[in-house]
Amino acid sequence: MKSPLDPGRVRALIVKESAQIFRDPSTVLIAFVLPVILLFLFGYAINLDSSTTRIGLAVHDESAAAQSLAEAYRTSPFFEVTNAKSVAPLKEMLIAGEIRGIVVIPQDFGAGFEQDNAPPIQVIADGSLPNAANFTTGYSQGVRNTWAANEAAAQGLSAGPAIDLSLRYWYNPSLTSRLFLVPGAIAIVMTMIGTLLTSLVIAREWERGTMEAMMATPMRMTEFLASKIVPYFLLSLGSMAICTILAMLIFGVPLRGSVLALVILSVAYLMPALGQGLLISAATKNQFVASQVALLSGFLPTFLLSGFLFEIASMPQWIQAITIIVPARYFIPGLQTIFLTGDVWEILWPSAAILLLFGTAFFTLCFWVTRRSLD
Amino acid sequence: MGRLRAMTIKEFWALMRDPKARITLVVPPLIQLIVFSFAATLEVRNVEIGVLDRSRGVASAEIVSQLAGSPNFKRIVRLSSEEELQEAIDTQEVIAALVFDEAFDRAVASGQPALVGVVLDGRRSNAAQIVGSYLSEIVAAAGAEVSQRQAEPTAISINWFNPNLEFLWFNLPSLIVIVVSIAGLSITAQTVARERELGTFDQLMVTPLTTWQILLGKMIPPFIVGLFNATVFLIAAPLVFNVPFTGSLVLFYLGLSAYLMALIGVGMFVSSLSKTQQQAFLGSFVATIPIVLLSGFASPIENMPDWLQILTYINPARYFMDISIGQFLKAQPVDVLLANLWPLVVIAAVTLSLSGWLFRARME
Amino acid sequence: MGTAVARVRDLVKRFDEGQHPALDMVSMTIETGGVTGLVGPDGAGKTTLVRILAGLMDPSSGILEVMGKEPGKTLEAIGYMPQRFGLYEDLSVIQNLNLYADMRAVAPEEREAVFTQLLDFTDLDRFRQRLAGNLSGGMKQKLGLACALVKTPRLLLLDEPSVGVDPISRRELWAMVQELTGEGIGVLWSTAYLDEAEKCDTVYLLNEGKLLFDGPPKALTGAVEDRVVQVTDYDGTPRRLLTRLLDREDVVDGTIQGSSLRLLLDQPDALEGETGFAKAKVAPRFEDGFIERLGGGPKGTSPLAQAYRSIDAGNRPAIEAHGLTKRFGDFTAASDISFEVPYGSIFGLLGPNGAGKSTTFKMLCGLLTPTEGDGSVAGNNLLSARGRARAALGYMAQKFSLYGDLSVAQNLNFFAGAYGLEKGRARSAIERVTEIFDLGDVMGTNAGGLPLGFKQRLALAAAVLHEPPVLFLDEPTSGVDPVTRREFWTHINGLVEKGVAVLVTTHFMEEAEYCDTITLIYRAKQIANGTPDQLKAEAAQMAGLDRPTMEETFIAMIEASEAKLEAQASRAA
Repeated sequence: MKSPLDPGRVRALIVKESAQIFRDPSTVLIAFVLPVILLFLFGYAINLDSSTTRIGLAVHDESAAAQSLAEAYRTSPFFEVTNAKSVAPLKEMLIAGEIRGIVVIPQDFGAGFEQDNAPPIQVIADGSLPNAANFTTGYSQGVRNTWAANEAAAQGLSAGPAIDLSLRYWYNPSLTSRLFLVPGAIAIVMTMIGTLLTSLVIAREWERGTMEAMMATPMRMTEFLASKIVPYFLLSLGSMAICTILAMLIFGVPLRGSVLALVILSVAYLMPALGQGLLISAATKNQFVASQVALLSGFLPTFLLSGFLFEIASMPQWIQAITIIVPARYFIPGLQTIFLTGDVWEILWPSAAILLLFGTAFFTLCFWVTRRSLD
Repeated sequence: MGRLRAMTIKEFWALMRDPKARITLVVPPLIQLIVFSFAATLEVRNVEIGVLDRSRGVASAEIVSQLAGSPNFKRIVRLSSEEELQEAIDTQEVIAALVFDEAFDRAVASGQPALVGVVLDGRRSNAAQIVGSYLSEIVAAAGAEVSQRQAEPTAISINWFNPNLEFLWFNLPSLIVIVVSIAGLSITAQTVARERELGTFDQLMVTPLTTWQILLGKMIPPFIVGLFNATVFLIAAPLVFNVPFTGSLVLFYLGLSAYLMALIGVGMFVSSLSKTQQQAFLGSFVATIPIVLLSGFASPIENMPDWLQILTYINPARYFMDISIGQFLKAQPVDVLLANLWPLVVIAAVTLSLSGWLFRARME
Repeated sequence: MGTAVARVRDLVKRFDEGQHPALDMVSMTIETGGVTGLVGPDGAGKTTLVRILAGLMDPSSGILEVMGKEPGKTLEAIGYMPQRFGLYEDLSVIQNLNLYADMRAVAPEEREAVFTQLLDFTDLDRFRQRLAGNLSGGMKQKLGLACALVKTPRLLLLDEPSVGVDPISRRELWAMVQELTGEGIGVLWSTAYLDEAEKCDTVYLLNEGKLLFDGPPKALTGAVEDRVVQVTDYDGTPRRLLTRLLDREDVVDGTIQGSSLRLLLDQPDALEGETGFAKAKVAPRFEDGFIERLGGGPKGTSPLAQAYRSIDAGNRPAIEAHGLTKRFGDFTAASDISFEVPYGSIFGLLGPNGAGKSTTFKMLCGLLTPTEGDGSVAGNNLLSARGRARAALGYMAQKFSLYGDLSVAQNLNFFAGAYGLEKGRARSAIERVTEIFDLGDVMGTNAGGLPLGFKQRLALAAAVLHEPPVLFLDEPTSGVDPVTRREFWTHINGLVEKGVAVLVTTHFMEEAEYCDTITLIYRAKQIANGTPDQLKAEAAQMAGLDRPTMEETFIAMIEASEAKLEAQASRAA
């Protein structure tokens, strides 16, 4: 019995595959240009922390207290204020989306405040953007309370709440979304190369008729598959390295864990990613169908169902059940942890083990599907 | 007219007869509708919270029981040491942990200001922030109760257009934009490249059909598919998802039509540029990502850096996102709509002329 | 011949239960020292049989051995060239060779010698570094052969190596394969060209999965000995005479050969006593025997032509080309091409791959804008009235280029609409072609799923729906069976007699014989112009040939042009 792989043939096939990769502009586009674009988009376009919110301010009271509070809103770094005498013009602006909220200081605010019984201010938020509305309401109240505390302090009083919270955000104290989005984007890039690009490669050989010619040589299918895996594996790792360097240098993402952990987890993830791509390719034998299937079963789940942008715990049960079979959900938290926290092996080992399990399953299916036959 | 009709009918059949193509018309939008509308939520629910209670008094117990009763939290994990807390956060067992120190209950009892420490997992900074605000509310309420100091509310908050801040009310009108964009681009991008690859392109070009008749014929089917997808969503929104439609249908469809033209322009451009279906696919993929990410769906445009905000002005989805949400929830009047409409018309005019020119230029 | 390297007995291959099998009880033996021809029209089952021999498919039943073993167990000893040559187009010539050498474990130290020999043999040595995708069709074919030969096989399987390749390359390939048989290799050559069958040592003739004939080609031609005649010296056009003669019961088959006719009679003494022409017996060909096996060719009268309008000739030629030139950057694809095609005639554009005939053709049908010169179709200038010029022509391309995923009816409706036929006329035009081409039963079927013969008919039907005065045909009948091809030309001949002008590009010599006038394009220039007979005479004189065939004429003229160019080049140097 001969060994299942002939090193000479595998090497020759790998050389051929690599030559093809570097000669095809669309591969280069996907492997090197798109990752950079994606990283920039996720680094900058998706910013879940509100920065400055435009609000309207209607002050119905001429008193010094009301004016002082109004001034607090105007000088707040959270807000960019449009002033108005009444709510009516502001309402139009809110409908047009020019402002995201309205703060109304009522008529008898100053009088009430003098008697330590200030009437509540009114905060109207644009509910059509629920997240922004939450932030607007929260920050508006915050400005009001801070202002009151400052006023009280100026008079030597303490008016703090009975119980206060001191919030500390570990690993990302300034709450920069970029720090967790960029590692997630790296996972998306790896899915694109690992699954989307590889899903096209066997299908292409079928469509161009080269598969037939190769199958008539003494080449074994295991050798053929190995030659597809190795170059794309290296390409993905290369792209991963570029992304990591960009993430650290340009986006200021720290790498608190070890490079070793990063490599182990990435390698583990590439198994299911490549396996899935090759399986799709071998099963469909058609580039168009392969690309659609890869998009639907690879890219979209990685984007939506991996906990990258949306919390898995918040999803309905049946969707949570689906996420169990999305490899990226075992990769993205680990990746974020390696970058922001460190080597937490309690997370990394189980994730890596599950990923390898998925990989084994995909490859087994793949060998089973690619038999040497044109039937 | 007869020629244009023949071209349009042919394009429709080409789209509908191939079972593979038919599936790509129906299945992805449907899956996207279902999965997106439930999965793409920025709300935080069912998370687990840790508690390290060194005080073991009435007040801390009260706060913990309030937490346990909140629908946002699935489970309270009792922690007994700093090390346990660190581990629970690091392994992502909990997203946040409350720390009551020994002096907490004494402080509350004596009427002194008392402080609860909260550690949150900054790796998921967005979710952590939302959890932080939930915790603030609960603790403030509990604090008011234990201190029996009747705090007057300092602000009354009202949410217009969506009183209960239902996330789905925002999600669904946005998804119309996203799903229409993904489907529209991928269908349009394939049309010309497909004929090139199948070898029917020359046959088509020797007929007396003009370039414009051919392009127009190729535009109408994705246009109608787009209208169809949006209409399904429009019907499903109030009936299935209980999302109200407050605006004017006429204005909505006006905006939708302008958007579809702009989108198809982009798709045609990609299609005329591609030699093969693979290039068309990769091209439409590369175009779809920024169109979706820069639309304001994943995060508000005003949060982006200035240079990127300028870039969003050439993204048609940005305008239609405004139109869709505006018509669904805000009953936006005509003048607001027009402000979003003309950029779409400009984008459509530019991309369509460009692809018409490219279409002819690439024949040589 | 030598020893048997492959043996097949009672082979059946069924793809779908209940369907007509792709191969039905086929038996064959391939021996060393000769070329075994596997001949038949597209869809006959040739590729399936070759793939089974290469171990790429399992037969449904039957006995099969390749070098005494199961196929697939002896891959080391098989060289296989699939239809599209199996080349990686984005790799260079030498990379392709290296890859196949690695697959077949050719030792590195032997490699250079093998490659040098193969590249020398295929005349590709100059192109070592060129990407396979940038080679011409003929060169790709040779490279495909070289890849199949990196390790000298015992059995060489060639699946339609000559499709889409010009006669010169075909001839060179044939010579190479002949040389190989001398080295004790068994060769299976599958082809749709019947003239190639004649050259094989043994022929297996497949039609619809069944073996119609096997044996030396002489055995088939022998059956029609004495019954093939050439008809000359008549009045009027050859088309009209052919129509008349084919309508007779005693004429089995007939084709046009320039100004003469070639007929297959049912009796050696048929047509005795007929006057108005001279006839002389000629040597039969393989195709004559094949046609007879298939039950003869179609009758002479074309119902399509009968129902067609008469074209009003007017006083200008139907097609005019004046100094047409097309340059792509520095490269001149067509240079100063001029000719005129009157109504009621067939004009042929001939030339090897990449010579410029397709470019000329595309300029005339408005797909490319000429860099210089101009032309007209049915009196409409190509530059100023492109739309009207396109409306006046019917177009049919070599590759079936109707919409494969649309039904027959949808295709016809589309083309009726695209040519602007209004409702009533469209309906009657579609009804007419449906009846003539017998498409009634397949109206709902996807065009892509039709048998080749039906596709051919549908393509012609779509091209003539609007009864154009001018027809453009791009290799209209390559790969189809000879009966369908005859049927096609019967229609074309009939239409031409109604006044239609036909422009045909081809490198398929049989199609060239139907032309009234031919222009031969080589290296972007017209190198010869005239009737088929004039060209043949010219070639006979140039190359000292006795009654050359069209193919020999073609090759002689190109070689002469090549020699002239070389002489000029050396003088210049």
